[in-house]
Amino acid sequence: MLFIDPHVHMVSRTTDDYEAMAAAGVVAIIEPSFWQGQPRTEAGTFKDYFSSLIGWERFRASQFGIKHYCTIGLNSKEANNEALAEQVIELLPLFATKEGVVAIGEIGYDDQTKAEDKYFRIQLELAKELNLPVQIHTPHRDKKRGTTRSMDVCIEHGLKPSMVIIDHNNEETVREVLDRGFWSAFTIYPKTKMGNERMVEVVKRFGHERIMVDSSADWGVSDPLAVPKTANLMLQRGISPESVRLTCYQNALTAYGQSGQMKESDWLNPQGVDQTQLFSGNSVLRGQNPLVQKKEGGIIE
Amino acid sequence: MKQGYSPADYTAVQAARTFLALHIPQHDTERFLNVLNTLFSTGEVTELVALYAALPLFPHPELLKERAAEGIRTSMTVVFDAVALNNPYPADFLENDAWNQMVLKAVFLERPLYKIYGLDKRANKELAKMLSDFAHERWAASRYVTPELWRSVGPFLDERLIRDIEYILERGSDLEKQAAALAVKSSNFLKGRELLFSIPELKASIENNEFDWHTVAQKWSER
Repeated sequence: MLFIDPHVHMVSRTTDDYEAMAAAGVVAIIEPSFWQGQPRTEAGTFKDYFSSLIGWERFRASQFGIKHYCTIGLNSKEANNEALAEQVIELLPLFATKEGVVAIGEIGYDDQTKAEDKYFRIQLELAKELNLPVQIHTPHRDKKRGTTRSMDVCIEHGLKPSMVIIDHNNEETVREVLDRGFWSAFTIYPKTKMGNERMVEVVKRFGHERIMVDSSADWGVSDPLAVPKTANLMLQRGISPESVRLTCYQNALTAYGQSGQMKESDWLNPQGVDQTQLFSGNSVLRGQNPLVQKKEGGIIE
Repeated sequence: MKQGYSPADYTAVQAARTFLALHIPQHDTERFLNVLNTLFSTGEVTELVALYAALPLFPHPELLKERAAEGIRTSMTVVFDAVALNNPYPADFLENDAWNQMVLKAVFLERPLYKIYGLDKRANKELAKMLSDFAHERWAASRYVTPELWRSVGPFLDERLIRDIEYILERGSDLEKQAAALAVKSSNFLKGRELLFSIPELKASIENNEFDWHTVAQKWSER
């Protein structure tokens, strides 16, 4: 079975994670632009971060046979530094139209301040202009109200709900998100967000339409195998393989594929884009394959 | 067409990007470099590949040396390849230090050295020593090293470096012995010839052109 993790912060993850994800069947990932654990203070760090999402991290993923896509945006938390936010908004167009950028995101509300609201709206307009999907981070505090408000503002700015993925949903938010025609993503993250047993119940109650699962694995204690693990649990608990395929693969592809930057053939039938395809011997379409060391035992060669 | 520049293998996307890059206005040098710099510093992987591969085509090549060196410092193998392989820019414009770093890194990253344009033209004594030292490091760690490396050592064989040839002719694989033979062939150092004559089959097969650096590289990559 193939999996997509449409929300995972690989800059914070090690090659152990890439290996495990690849082995578990994750073929494609989407890494959102986000904050780094402590607030940035200079626009330059944003520029280099965006650069690394479309450069180094994309390459790093390719070494493990995983296709890496990303979203570009100014996250809600760092929107509160307005002087900085202004500079970052100027940078976005340099990156938002790059190959493999599948949405403006992850944007929305953190504390629901005026500054967050201002930069959220500016970026919704940018998404509309570029005809890109939007990836919405819903607040972890006052979530229900923040989610409703996020959707209201999207509608107010004339975005089509089918172009908007509302992430970090839970049992309290899902109904309204689905009823209003948005995509509903769930983050399977220990303790603070969804658990996968609860996810099984959500799918049993609400079906598989417009529902997708992600890990949001980041610099905290989180699990980059959340998607395959959730898929396995779903199958064990009697959810149909088709529902699993939709929630753990296809819906993410359909939603973010609207950007035109993500296609199944990218990983099923990779085209020879690299010149390295023409050199004999080395792994052709995936860059240099690092030697995978055996982990058991104390010997490191 | 510039010698060594090979766009025949370009994809349509790369050709399009190269075409666009060549249309950056070139009359105002400072502005041209600023635009180029922005493209490089915000480039996505495949954009970087196109830009570095296009280095031979830009005006003011003497002003792009630092940029080329930066490309060589990349950790993205595909981007390194765009600068180092099938690209005449490094051989035509890089100073020796930067050239040496590029060849050494190509060995380190296990890139096909025969695809480095101007490899023989730019061989130098300092590089020969660096490559020999690297081989020693690999041997001490019981790790392999590409036999292509000796191509840049051969022309500078001397009392010290000849010991590497002796070592290989004694203990190396057949492929490594072929590389050693080719290295000796490119050298004027007499001791090398003597060593080669002491292995008749090797001497015969090199005289019959049964192998060259290209075949050695191919066999190495297939192992």
